[in-house]
Amino acid sequence: MKRLQEHFEVHDPNLNLIIQTSIRILVPFVQLFGLYVIVHGHYSPGGGFQGGVILGASFILMGVGYDLKKSMELFPEAWNIAMANLGTTIFVGTGLVCAAAGGLFLDYGALSNWIGIEPAAWRSLGIFAVEAGVGFTVTSVMLSLFWDLSSRGELDGGL
Amino acid sequence: MIINGIIVFLLYLALVIFATGTAGILRFPDFYSRLHAAGKCDTMAAILALSSIALYHLSENPDLGGVLVALKILLILVFVFISSPTATHAISQAALIIGVEPWGREKK
Repeated sequence: MKRLQEHFEVHDPNLNLIIQTSIRILVPFVQLFGLYVIVHGHYSPGGGFQGGVILGASFILMGVGYDLKKSMELFPEAWNIAMANLGTTIFVGTGLVCAAAGGLFLDYGALSNWIGIEPAAWRSLGIFAVEAGVGFTVTSVMLSLFWDLSSRGELDGGL
Repeated sequence: MIINGIIVFLLYLALVIFATGTAGILRFPDFYSRLHAAGKCDTMAAILALSSIALYHLSENPDLGGVLVALKILLILVFVFISSPTATHAISQAALIIGVEPWGREKK
C-alpha cells in the first residue's frame, strides 16, 4: 500500500489533469444549460431557482477541480455580493413597479396602464424579469455557500 | 420492422450490461473492483440505452422536431461519456490517496 501511494505525490501538478481537463470541457455547456433553464422557465420545466443552481454548480465545479483561489478569481467576492443584491432588487423592483402602475404587488398585467401592450404579454415579460432576478441571487448564494462551507468561513483556500 | 428489432436489441444489451454491473457491485471483494464494475458498466449501458431511445424517437417522428430531440439525447450521451469515467477516476484516486487498502491474496 505504501508502495502504491508513493506513486501519487499529493503536490504533483499533474495529479488532477484528467479531472481539470474534463471540467474545462464541461463547464461552458453547464453554464449554457443553466441560462437555457432560466430563460425557458415559463415554457418548460425549470425556472429561476433551478437554472441558478445549475449556474452556481458550474462555478462550484471549477472550485472543486482546481481550488478555492481559482474559483474566486473567476467570480470575485465583490461581484458575488453585488449580484445577489442585484437579483433581490430586480425581484422586489418588479413587484413595486407593478404596484406603482395601479395593480397589486407582482401584478404584471397592471403595467399595461403605462405602456399599452396586452396584459398577457406583460405577464410573460414580468415573469421573465422575476425569474432572472431569482437566478442571479441563487447563483451567487450557492457559490458563497460553497466557499464558506469549504473553508470554514475564512475564504482563504480551504480545499 | 427491422428498426424495432435494432431498438429492442440495444435495450436488451443495455439491460444485460446493467445486470452485469449490479452483480459486480454486489459480488466483487473490495472498493476498487466494485468501482471498476460500476463505472464501466454504467457508462456502456447508459450509452446503449440512450442511443436506442434516440433511435426510437427518430423512428416515431421522422421530421425536424424528432431529429432535434434525438440530437439532444445524443448530447446527453456525450456528456455521460465524458463525466462518468471522470467521476470514477476522481473517486478511486481520492480513495488511493487517503489509503484504502486494495484486495490482495495475502495480507502482510
